[in-house]
Amino acid sequence: MQMRTIEIVVGAFMLAGLLSLAILAVQVSGFSPTTEESTYQIHAKFENIGGLVPRAKVTVAGVIVGEVAQISLDPVTFSAVVSMDINAHVSELPTDTTAAILTEGLLGGKYIGLSIGAEDQLLVDGDEIYDTQSAIVLEELIGQFLLNQF
Amino acid sequence: MLARLRQFGRAGLEILSTLGRAGLIWWQAIFRRPQFRHWPLYVRQLYQLGVLSVLIVVLSGFSIGAVLALQGYNQLVRYGSESALGLGVALVLVQEIGPVVAALLFTGRAGSAVTAEIGLMKATEQLSSMEMIGVDPLQRIVAPRLWAGFISMPILAAMFSVVGIWGASLVGVDWLGVYEGAFWSTMQEGVDLRTDVLKGVVKSVIFGLVVTWIAVYQGYDALPTSEGISAATTRTVVYGSVSVLVLDFFLTLVMFQL
Repeated sequence: MQMRTIEIVVGAFMLAGLLSLAILAVQVSGFSPTTEESTYQIHAKFENIGGLVPRAKVTVAGVIVGEVAQISLDPVTFSAVVSMDINAHVSELPTDTTAAILTEGLLGGKYIGLSIGAEDQLLVDGDEIYDTQSAIVLEELIGQFLLNQF
Repeated sequence: MLARLRQFGRAGLEILSTLGRAGLIWWQAIFRRPQFRHWPLYVRQLYQLGVLSVLIVVLSGFSIGAVLALQGYNQLVRYGSESALGLGVALVLVQEIGPVVAALLFTGRAGSAVTAEIGLMKATEQLSSMEMIGVDPLQRIVAPRLWAGFISMPILAAMFSVVGIWGASLVGVDWLGVYEGAFWSTMQEGVDLRTDVLKGVVKSVIFGLVVTWIAVYQGYDALPTSEGISAATTRTVVYGSVSVLVLDFFLTLVMFQL
């Protein structure tokens, strides 16, 4: 075959490869080159976080407004401290907002749902949510159910 | 007793010298500056190894993606979670099946051809004539093939994954009726570019390196007879496939912890 034709075909091959990688990036992994939105961090203490993991989503009314940044154990009270990065454009969360650990579907992943309060003062970077509701642990629920039966 | 011991020793030394020769070839072909006046040779090898493997890779990718969708759907629909089909198929294809099966196909389609070609060049004394007239066969013959395999493999693996996911969406969404939005959104949420996709690419780069290295070495080291070439070609396919699968396990093990 002519060298010229081979060069063109190889060029098309390389281009197809780059295109495949681009498809893998954009269509499959949902990577978007938008810059990271600025966030602010708030904390919440939970009795039990169940299976909550870092990068789990934080929602208000079902809409994703941030993600869990870090989970640690309070060495004094032995409760879990969950730090959440909230998108900066959701800046008007009242201080009496409550946080609950919820489950997607019956067996799905854990996420945090925020319920908006009525206070005038707003949460700012570094604040803590005091009113929290722990994860529902299925085993405990079944245990209670069995105890009530007998 | 002593004779057996001697046999073991000889076998060990044989393995060592094989590794040594393979390493030397690789070292001399790769780590010397690529010669840009040989550019047409590189392009021709990219054509031979890469472009000519596209058809088999695309066909296999499509079939495997379609089969994964069928099997995955049958299992997932029992739990009512068939919307996770996209995620499952994409993760399996991008991380494991894409790089591994593309490398196996590449071994059979391109690796064997490289071994046979170089082996025949050796048998017909083309390699030694090159050396005679002062042309380094490592530079002219081996280096372009090594680089071509090294470059083609990730491209072929990426194509395999993309076509596989497309096949899966064709079967899952258009035929079995998985909701299209859920198919893509669970995939985009669950597959991470930096961890999952990159792992697959790193794997396929390493596979490309290993497979072409084995192919080139077996050709270069073949006995210059017809039996020698046939044995070398067989060894390329066997060693290439086995090392891809074994390496895949260890690479996954290492990446699993990252």
